[in-house]
Amino acid sequence: MTSADAHVVIVGAGHAGGTLAALLRQYGYAGAVTLVGEEPIPPYQRPPLSKAWLKGEADAESLALKPLEFYAGNRIYFRPSVRGVGIDRARKVLALSDGSDLAYDVLVLATGARPIRLPIPGADLDGVLELRTAADAEALKAALGPGRTMAVVGGGYIGLEAAASARALGADAVVLEREPRILARVAGEVLSNFFRQAHETHGVRFLTGASVTGFRGEGGKVTGVELADGQVIDCDLALVGVGAVPNQELAQEAGLAVNRGVVVDLEARTSDPAIFAIGDVTLRPMPIYGRDFRMESVPNALEQAKQVACAITGRPAPAGETPWQWSDQYDIKLQIAGYNFDADQSLVRGDPASGHFAIFHLKGDQVQAVEAINSPPEFMMGRQLIGSRRPVDKQRLADTSFSMKEVAAA
Amino acid sequence: MAKITYIEHDGTEHVHDGKTGLSVMEVAVKNNVPGIDADCGGACACATCHVYVDPAWLDKTGDKSAMEESMLDFAEGVEPNSRLACQIKITDGLDGIVVRLPESQH
Repeated sequence: MTSADAHVVIVGAGHAGGTLAALLRQYGYAGAVTLVGEEPIPPYQRPPLSKAWLKGEADAESLALKPLEFYAGNRIYFRPSVRGVGIDRARKVLALSDGSDLAYDVLVLATGARPIRLPIPGADLDGVLELRTAADAEALKAALGPGRTMAVVGGGYIGLEAAASARALGADAVVLEREPRILARVAGEVLSNFFRQAHETHGVRFLTGASVTGFRGEGGKVTGVELADGQVIDCDLALVGVGAVPNQELAQEAGLAVNRGVVVDLEARTSDPAIFAIGDVTLRPMPIYGRDFRMESVPNALEQAKQVACAITGRPAPAGETPWQWSDQYDIKLQIAGYNFDADQSLVRGDPASGHFAIFHLKGDQVQAVEAINSPPEFMMGRQLIGSRRPVDKQRLADTSFSMKEVAAA
Repeated sequence: MAKITYIEHDGTEHVHDGKTGLSVMEVAVKNNVPGIDADCGGACACATCHVYVDPAWLDKTGDKSAMEESMLDFAEGVEPNSRLACQIKITDGLDGIVVRLPESQH
């Protein structure tokens, strides 16, 4: 347990960092807490940026994890618009971008990830956008509107959610995906096909096997996307959503162990006993799968924030959670539990045409992952089966005349 | 506007005012009330904002959607007066509502 005089410095005021600061006070930590963030606003939720925010159904107040007054009111020294630029581990000092220093007893790296930028001609044109921050979302929202065409580079969740929101705003969307199918990196074929069809029903166009080689512009503003096969896709704006890389430079330059993410254990500790790391920046163990992975999800950020808050306040470590995530597109709620690392079979439960079904990925008769569309029972029960590693009766699982509770009880 | 009383499992009471239009969950989270986790931020995707609505207030909270019913079906310790707090929108008619929190949301 950390002494009550210890100064906890959290670098990164995103979902993980913001949650940790609040949890420390909730758990009764009385020592000094400083929360450093490069953005000018207090911690907020990113998931709504591609959904409710774009559609005009959320505002800055509803996005904020806590109101600004919460921080000063709870003796959390929140320092916006400043970045950590160097760690002196021997002296336990964090250097900041405004030239000042912060002495710490415990340092928590919560620097997150940044969108991958395509190193291709025209990437700097006005109107070539990415979506990570509230400022990005403002620019995207301002550019969308009836009659405008958005080219989406990358058929992953960011792009698909933005496409759905664009359609809600009366804008057109064309998705350009390099792989033979959308969601190739994160989902199986049945799910890819389901979402493609759903989007096409809403008027979204798709080009798969499409390699983007450049952006065209006029007067400094993007007017089209160039493909390897010579096609040019006309657009008023382009959203690039091709993945993210961890902001691990601060850790790396300080000599901490990194491996496409800051390496941490199950208590979110780095290779330095006084330094933790949490959220999108970390590479962490996954006991269920016997491997290390960098999870980009809100639930992971929350779990690791809890791990650190418990470690600092001397509470028992939280029970390990089965990873999960969600995506909302149109009236489709996708809930995913687990990861499909080495499944040997996929099993569909329910009829995709009905709009509610689930795809289970199994290794032998253990559920490894489940993708549930508008099917909370499959998601909730599937998540329990993944975490418990209990074998499942596959015939019952495939048969919707058995409820998920009956399947799990077998 | 409504005054909301949250009672933790150990009996600790927290009383907060909530603006009309916010959810009972959002008011708890913004005020750092322990016992409501709200992992998904109100997307009806996680069932970690489970509350027990005082029976005198249950009817005034409105009907549950099919999604909420399904999610609640798998939460721990569900009772007839269980609701997901992210699905209860504040109205003037809820002024004085009392909700009890489970021992744990996970």
